[in-house]
Amino acid sequence: MPVALRQPGLTRALFGALVGGAFGFGLVVALRAISGLEIFQTEHTGYPHVVVPAITAPLGFLAGIGGFDYWLRWAAGRPTVPDDHSQHGAHSWRDYFKFNTDHKVIGIQYIVTTFFFFFAGGLIAMVMRAELAQPGTQVVDPNVFNGLFSTHAALMIFVFVIPVFAGIANYVLPLMIGAPDMAFPRLNALSFWMLPMAGLLFLASYLVPGGAFDAGWTGYAPLSTGAPLGQSFFNLGVQFAGASSVATALNFLVTIITMRAPGMNFWRMPLLVWANLSTSLLVVAATPFIAGVQFMVLFDRALGTNFFQAAFGGDVLSYQHIFWFYSHPAVYIMMLPGFGIISEVISTHARKPIFGYRLMALALLGIVVLSYTVWAHHMFVSGMFSWLRVPMMITTLLIAVPTGIKIFSWLATLFNSVLHLYSTAMLFSLGFIVTFVIGGISGVMLGMVPLDIHVSDTYFIVAHIHFVLFGGSVFTIFAGIYHWFPKMTGRMYDEKLGRVHFYLTLVGMLGTFIPMHWVGMEGMPRRVADYSAQFGDWNLVISLFAFLLGAAQLVFVYNMIVSWRFGPRATANPWRAKTIEWQVSSPPPIFNFDEIPRVVGGPYEFGVPGARHAIMGDEEGAEVKTATPAVASATGGGGHPPSRGEP
Amino acid sequence: MIALTVVSSAIMLQFDWNGVAASEEAGPIDTLLDVMIVLSCFVFSIVMVMFGYAVWRYRAKPGDESDGEPIHGNTKLEIAWTVIPTIIVLFGAGYSWVILDDIEEVAPAAERMQVNVTAQQFAWTFEYPEEGVTSKELHVPVGTQLDLRLTALDVLHSFWVPEWRIKRDLVPQGTGGDEVDDTVVVTPTEEGTYNVVCTEYCGAGHATMRALAVVESREEFDAWIDETKGSAGGGGAAAAG
Repeated sequence: MPVALRQPGLTRALFGALVGGAFGFGLVVALRAISGLEIFQTEHTGYPHVVVPAITAPLGFLAGIGGFDYWLRWAAGRPTVPDDHSQHGAHSWRDYFKFNTDHKVIGIQYIVTTFFFFFAGGLIAMVMRAELAQPGTQVVDPNVFNGLFSTHAALMIFVFVIPVFAGIANYVLPLMIGAPDMAFPRLNALSFWMLPMAGLLFLASYLVPGGAFDAGWTGYAPLSTGAPLGQSFFNLGVQFAGASSVATALNFLVTIITMRAPGMNFWRMPLLVWANLSTSLLVVAATPFIAGVQFMVLFDRALGTNFFQAAFGGDVLSYQHIFWFYSHPAVYIMMLPGFGIISEVISTHARKPIFGYRLMALALLGIVVLSYTVWAHHMFVSGMFSWLRVPMMITTLLIAVPTGIKIFSWLATLFNSVLHLYSTAMLFSLGFIVTFVIGGISGVMLGMVPLDIHVSDTYFIVAHIHFVLFGGSVFTIFAGIYHWFPKMTGRMYDEKLGRVHFYLTLVGMLGTFIPMHWVGMEGMPRRVADYSAQFGDWNLVISLFAFLLGAAQLVFVYNMIVSWRFGPRATANPWRAKTIEWQVSSPPPIFNFDEIPRVVGGPYEFGVPGARHAIMGDEEGAEVKTATPAVASATGGGGHPPSRGEP
Repeated sequence: MIALTVVSSAIMLQFDWNGVAASEEAGPIDTLLDVMIVLSCFVFSIVMVMFGYAVWRYRAKPGDESDGEPIHGNTKLEIAWTVIPTIIVLFGAGYSWVILDDIEEVAPAAERMQVNVTAQQFAWTFEYPEEGVTSKELHVPVGTQLDLRLTALDVLHSFWVPEWRIKRDLVPQGTGGDEVDDTVVVTPTEEGTYNVVCTEYCGAGHATMRALAVVESREEFDAWIDETKGSAGGGGAAAAG
């Protein structure tokens, strides 16, 4: 056997995918032949000879890339190959295409992969806006259009926004808490490699008979249970994305709880760590619900079960209950890590401690708890039992309170600050505050049952979700990418191009999504390939701004690629931040720390004379101060006595 | 802040955001929207004034490497912005609840007319059980409360007349005895011709799944019923087909 097929790597992975696919195909053919069934079942939800390989081929790929090597050897009782860490770090671009257990490499793999899907989803959005620029059918026919909006949302949600936060946290979080790596590095690598499987399954659905899945990203039954083959690819893609999320969340939980540097108690954790702790609590408990419900749909389609098919006694509405029991918390899974990023960026670039740190952390936990109790606000007009509407309206509106606390605390942080307005990361954070407040206000309106009855399933919803997911999550993602770019690449990006990117994005975003509120309230339903002529003018405006928004992202790509390659070298701490990841070189050493740092204070002690967050291992003789209550509650600065031997 | 609230509210209230209002239910819903607009303008003004002031007043001069003032928090302020928004949203919830009860109040049987609405990919059927008439168009007498009974034959659909503000999904129900709330009431108050729009995505023809809703005087409505009946079982059969 050639060496390339024995060594874990991309060659063996592709070979594994082929073998896996062939095994699945052969299994179906053989079993059906033995059972005396027609070999190829091609009624439109069937196709077992495609669905089964769509499960086994990705598993073959994962085995081939090396995801199970260590565990299989161990399970088989064979000598395991001790990790000699030769895999750690990345020395050339080829190293990013390997199964690598270094959290920093995995972080970059995550971010680059998810941005690939971001641009795929963005291109799909451009085609949709081209079609919607005028009433009638010009660019794509309604069937294709329905596939476009479904794949756009699935790509953006499942393989961009949710995992890109896992990518940023993967890189930054272990450094931030003074850990040498994540708790389970092999699981971490496997989590990453499941992600491209999900995205490729979504995209592969374009190639199968019947076209891409077109029941919306919500995949409501019974439309989805009777949809063509592409829908099965959605069902399966969600499994890989979901398994990846859950494994990563468990990894974060164990890492955060058990691997913090000595001295870092809960009240000394940076808010990004708090945010990922909260997010992971949501992921581990909620994600199994969407995995389950997509399996139920797949079983209805492929195995003849009747979970959701009314004609055979299934319960149509329970799909929506189970789906939203995941997908509402998912909204916060897509937002809380962003809140963490904003806290880091604002405190650093405004040179201020975060106002009300403890309440900020508690607000995150408040959102976690409340977010499990609001799912039915997506179902106010669904025909579910009517008594559930008012309680869910109250919890929905109450969730605005912890969210409001965060907004007000960030605003208060800006007061008496030294605000660095030329930093792109800061601009995106400030832009986020404005757009997210607008999205929050429309969210409160949607939470009110009588208003929701009118605007539910209209473009008002489209406007709201893009204000919170684009103006919210994506702005925080950009803020995070710009903020940690020097740390990740060891290079500086071009701030001037960064500002161009920000202002174009802001204008494009507002111009695209504000008018959507108006056409929605006036009567334009969402998810339509065509609309009545009265909305034509506004839709043209929306499309033009959408193209601007799309073009603006090219500036970002150019800036990132050129700066990564040719940008000026970054110093260890270009933003003069206090948290631990900035106290090591840029990019950090392969094993992060020679000696684990000791944490002696809060993470945002800007302007406090002599205060330290952490003392690095190589600072011998530095005085260790204990018990400097870092945070919150008291007015004014908790002054620290200046200590000897510090800059 | 207050000034900005007043000005922005005054501008925002000039528009009929929801378009033409043509039912009894539209009034309270639009009033709720107006109240929400004023409250939203208030909240947004607070945020924007604080935001604008902070960004303008505290922006760093080039080369300024100093730190801000180390303020860690202020308990009173934090309690205030926890408690006050809680009161505001609870007020909003209570007010919405009142409006919800108001718009869902069922009129006495004598003043109500039952219409059975059936949706399928991609067409609407309206049946008048008291008259024994079936139609592809929804004709209703002005000022009478409609008691709509909603059924879907294949997948989910949703009944919406934007001018009436009322919307409800039509859910396919089988033998399983689903507990689906399939009744919705609405009272059209303005004569005219409107569109019944499907708002729950239902497949390839979703965008064009429309029917006419004609609101007319009692006389015109009765005449229409007679005419539809007169065109014999044929009209009904054609509609049902």
